[in-house]
Amino acid sequence: MTLVAAPDTEVASTAAPGRVKRRIRWQRALSPVLILALWEAAARAGLIAADKLPAPSTVLQTGWRLARDGTLGDHLLDSLTRAALGLLIGGTLALILGSVAGLLRAGDDAIDPPVQMARMLPHLALVPLLIIWVGIGESMKITLVALGAFFPLYFNTYAGIRDIDQRLVEAARTCGLGAWQRIRHVVLPGALPSLFLGLRLAIGAAWLSLVVGEQTNTQNGIGFLMMEAREFSQTDVVVLGLFVYAGLGLLSDLLLRILERRTLAWRRGLQAT
Amino acid sequence: MAPRTAGNLVVRARGVRRAFGPTPVLDGVDLDIAGGEVVALLGGSGSGKSTLLRILAGLDAAATGEFAVPAQHAVVFQEHRLLPWKRVIDNVGLGVSDRSRCTDALAEVGLADRARAWPVELSGGQAQRVAFARALAREPSVLLLDEPFGALDALTRLRMQQLFGRLRARHGFAALLVTHDVEEALLLTDRALVLDRGVIAADLPVELDHPRAPDRPGFGALRRRLLDLLGVPAVV
Repeated sequence: MTLVAAPDTEVASTAAPGRVKRRIRWQRALSPVLILALWEAAARAGLIAADKLPAPSTVLQTGWRLARDGTLGDHLLDSLTRAALGLLIGGTLALILGSVAGLLRAGDDAIDPPVQMARMLPHLALVPLLIIWVGIGESMKITLVALGAFFPLYFNTYAGIRDIDQRLVEAARTCGLGAWQRIRHVVLPGALPSLFLGLRLAIGAAWLSLVVGEQTNTQNGIGFLMMEAREFSQTDVVVLGLFVYAGLGLLSDLLLRILERRTLAWRRGLQAT
Repeated sequence: MAPRTAGNLVVRARGVRRAFGPTPVLDGVDLDIAGGEVVALLGGSGSGKSTLLRILAGLDAAATGEFAVPAQHAVVFQEHRLLPWKRVIDNVGLGVSDRSRCTDALAEVGLADRARAWPVELSGGQAQRVAFARALAREPSVLLLDEPFGALDALTRLRMQQLFGRLRARHGFAALLVTHDVEEALLLTDRALVLDRGVIAADLPVELDHPRAPDRPGFGALRRRLLDLLGVPAVV
């Protein structure tokens, strides 16, 4: 990613692109709504067996029922706690190790090779080993989420720092900025777009790890809700769990996008068209 | 211009050497710049003029020899090198605690109204003016300029050269101007150095009256001399 904009481009007035953007967003909602409508129609017409895949409206009704008696809220809170703890642990480690490897040659030599090797392991395949190491309880789920979140954030932190235009760092040096000030004014803001990308991927990996983790010996969480429902063939609850996972993914992505737009306002000129 | 004596030198370099692999690029460069003196550094492509400037700017740790450049120096590069994530005024204020100096510098380059703009919103000429403002805000006693007008279109370059003349008259800074443009050197500087085979091969005072223009007497002859020194033959 280039951090330096082509200097010759004059940016057009900012009023026009807003309208175009809104229209595009509205169009993007069209096809998902259409798919849902088709699904609903097919289920009502009896083309899809209710025990294989219930209609979206049935799933929503089940969701409403479980939300009212508090079941859904409790399980959701448990899942969110796991995701948050895992993300916090894995993310912090990734930021620290990624920064050290990105900024220092010695750190790069020491940290990057083992991380590159570990990356080749699908982290979900570590479940049996994790069970032996940390047991089947809460720590196993959190470790799995932390592992999932670590790699994408590590690589994007590392790449974000390495991709910073050296000429900008030099310019900052000629302005008399010391090492810490260069990190604050040049490295951190320069790596921020990459950090956001890493965070987005890390959150995706965290949800994925959570789904897998919650299906092994759990007494709570959305994954448990789904496994239990399968035992009793409650397809609507299983699909509801999928809806919740999808909703969480969408929501976290949306929040991140808003945060990104606020922090990366300086790229507005480039993103408008 | 004051004569160069040991007392009023702002830049002094002796025996500066720098090699890339086995090939020496600078092979014992001696350089003096007096206070308020603007010196052009000319040389063919790959002659090491930018390397010398980077050494003086403190950006090249591998160079040997002795050189002294005041802490109050500032650098303007060929590209503007503004931080894209900082507004214009914050770019100018990078490492400067006194905000009023930054607004003044921005006003001097005629961009006071663009203080809150992002660098991506500027044209090439505007961005380079901001780069000059960033240098000025440091109140430098010497400016190190690495082909600062090289990436601009011909008209913008002329305007920037005039701006440089005005700024110099007002602030009286010394400057080392690395350029490959002989006319630019003759328009803007007091002395022209030619870098060849790793040493300063020629040191030519530019004794032309101000305001200077390519069609004024003496300009053409001096231009021809410099081009000869740079190994560009006259067109027959």
